Amino acid sequence: MTASSPRTTPSFPRTSPPTAVGGAVPLPMPKFAAAARSALADTGQRRSLRVAVAAAREREAAAAAELSDWDELRETGRAVGDATLLDLDAHLETLERAVTEAGGTVHWAADADEARAIVTGLVRAAGADEVVKASSATLREIGLTDALADAGVTVHETALADLVVRLGDDEPSHLLSPALHRDRAEIRELFLRNMIMSAPPADADSGSEAGDGTASDDPAALAAAARAHLRERFLRARVGVTGANFLVAETGTLVVLESEGNARMCATLPDTLITVAGIDKVVPTWADMEVFLQLLPRSSSGDRMTPYVASWSGVTPGDGPRAFHLVLLDNGRTRALADEVGRAALRCVRCSACMNVCPVYERTGGRAYGPVHPGPIGAILTPQLRGVDGAAEASLPYASTLCGACADVCPVKIDIPEVLVHLRGLVVESRRRRPVPTPELALMRGLAWTMADPRRHETALRRGTRWARLLSRGGRIRRLPGLLGKWTEARDLPAPPAESFRAWWTRSRT
Amino acid sequence: MRVALSVACFDDALFPGTGKAVTVLLERLGHEVVYPPAQTCCGQVHWTTGYHREAADLARAYTAVFEGAVRDGAEVVVAASASCAATVRAAYPRIARTARDPGLARAAEGLAVHELTEFLVDVLGVTDVGAYFPHRVTYHPSCQSARTLGVADRPLRLLRAVRGLDLVELPAAGECCGFGGAFAMKNSDVSVAMVADKVRHIRDTGADVVCAIDNSCLAHIGGALSRLRGGVRTLHLAEILAETGPA
Repeated sequence: MTASSPRTTPSFPRTSPPTAVGGAVPLPMPKFAAAARSALADTGQRRSLRVAVAAAREREAAAAAELSDWDELRETGRAVGDATLLDLDAHLETLERAVTEAGGTVHWAADADEARAIVTGLVRAAGADEVVKASSATLREIGLTDALADAGVTVHETALADLVVRLGDDEPSHLLSPALHRDRAEIRELFLRNMIMSAPPADADSGSEAGDGTASDDPAALAAAARAHLRERFLRARVGVTGANFLVAETGTLVVLESEGNARMCATLPDTLITVAGIDKVVPTWADMEVFLQLLPRSSSGDRMTPYVASWSGVTPGDGPRAFHLVLLDNGRTRALADEVGRAALRCVRCSACMNVCPVYERTGGRAYGPVHPGPIGAILTPQLRGVDGAAEASLPYASTLCGACADVCPVKIDIPEVLVHLRGLVVESRRRRPVPTPELALMRGLAWTMADPRRHETALRRGTRWARLLSRGGRIRRLPGLLGKWTEARDLPAPPAESFRAWWTRSRT
Repeated sequence: MRVALSVACFDDALFPGTGKAVTVLLERLGHEVVYPPAQTCCGQVHWTTGYHREAADLARAYTAVFEGAVRDGAEVVVAASASCAATVRAAYPRIARTARDPGLARAAEGLAVHELTEFLVDVLGVTDVGAYFPHRVTYHPSCQSARTLGVADRPLRLLRAVRGLDLVELPAAGECCGFGGAFAMKNSDVSVAMVADKVRHIRDTGADVVCAIDNSCLAHIGGALSRLRGGVRTLHLAEILAETGPA
């Protein structure tokens, strides 16, 4: 390849690709359909989700409609993302150099195990027995909270929604609003039970409850209670742990967008700051950030700009942390990068627009997709990061009707349905290697064999029609056997007319 | 014009009325319709369910049949199933790439398959096809027709020109009905939760007919309406356009 020829395959960053399931945190998770079944029965969550996603959809659509060049911005976001992934190794080395020059230390973690060990070691070395933690899907991905707890370190969740999820001993249900499934009354209960709020005196009349701020479910009162609870921990903690939205390679700068300001507190108050970020978060230059700082706020919260945009590079004497560590995480990302179709998922900027428009997500919530990456993006990211050997991972690419609403709104134009279909192909290929074919494989092969020949097809059509008409009553089929029985659980099927189209054609036109 | 008709395998068996309606409609408009009898299935279900090798075999057979029809004098291929047309147009290049079959890619590129409403509005330039259908009708824009093919308002323009037809807008029309091929079985609970809302919106319109340009989505919606005795029937748009009423 000459220097000027366009790159078509990416070169790999220096982290070693993980083995099939090596490094994936063993997170027990049921198949999507099973998890969805119980989620569908949670009527409170159904209502909360319906209201929340409808509001988010409206805000995001309005924010996008404000910009006349929205589609060009999305196209640029896609192009920058693709170009960055093709040269990821070079950008990561630039980033490492810049972070080091700014006084930070870069660590490379091939998988979640390594990342946990690095962070735990750094916390221990700092002599801390507690840390303040910002909201981050990457920190969830590596299971940091449990690892630190096992090492005797107390983790204080500083994002309000993470705090709620933790207090409820729950899994997050949305990328941006992890406690989306909880309503105000439930949050008040959790705060009361965990002494974050105090109960109103028994003689207080209900009318003054909101006024004194003690146990109201008014959002401002809930936020104030959390703030008081967290402020003390911020000032005390010696180590802060965060994720990052972007890693700007040219200056070694980390960028975090957030609406509460807690990540900024985590990044500035403690002496030691540890940031864990996936290698897919790299952006080559600040000029590229012009695009992403327009795309992300409008696609995630529907804001023109997110309330807090914090950026930091290394350490500055007398200001902020005295030690800064960046842990760069692979954990399956190089495997995704090696997949020509699947790598599009690595462009994701974690905005959550796809889940807000997804009709499946709207009904199941995020926890059905597993504990880390919810929604349509989770359905293409999780099977790539963790492999499709596990039944739960293999079920995720099928957790979609391929309706395409997600691709319509994705700010970096990830064709999620295309990747879903591609991953379904990988799932089926892995099933073909089994010694005994699955009933579905047998059915689909048989169907294809029949349809490969018009005469076989016609015979099967005639037989199938006769058989289906025997099952019908009053022109409809109310119960089908076998794999098709799922259809008739709640839907009829019309009885096929005695004469197929091709039979009609032969009779009337030839 | 000589039109080769592509009839979905699903429609051939379960909804033969759709293919008959397209035939009657195009003949009424003065065109010659031919039906290549060797056609079976476009491979859509195999492709979307992950059976990509089988999908490639079916795609090769499909393109061979319609290339033959074109050689025999057909000027265009018309499909009444939007998702089949979308499969040939959007999925075949991907099926070819997955199968590493440049021959299939070339064949797919050379094969112009028109969805019926595209053919009527864009190629023939008609919106009033002389239909008469005195019913209250709502239209469900199926995902493959609206998103993959981008038929936009073509079906609605055709419906608005039908005499006697009272067209009512469907609330939340753009939301998927929950069919999704294998999704309806593999994730039947979510699928049913989705169609329940679609059925509610349809009933809210007060229509007695819901139409679309995909019988697969209509089988899903119609299956739920039938189970619930919903009092609304499903019809492919072609079957409305073929109606001329009492002579």
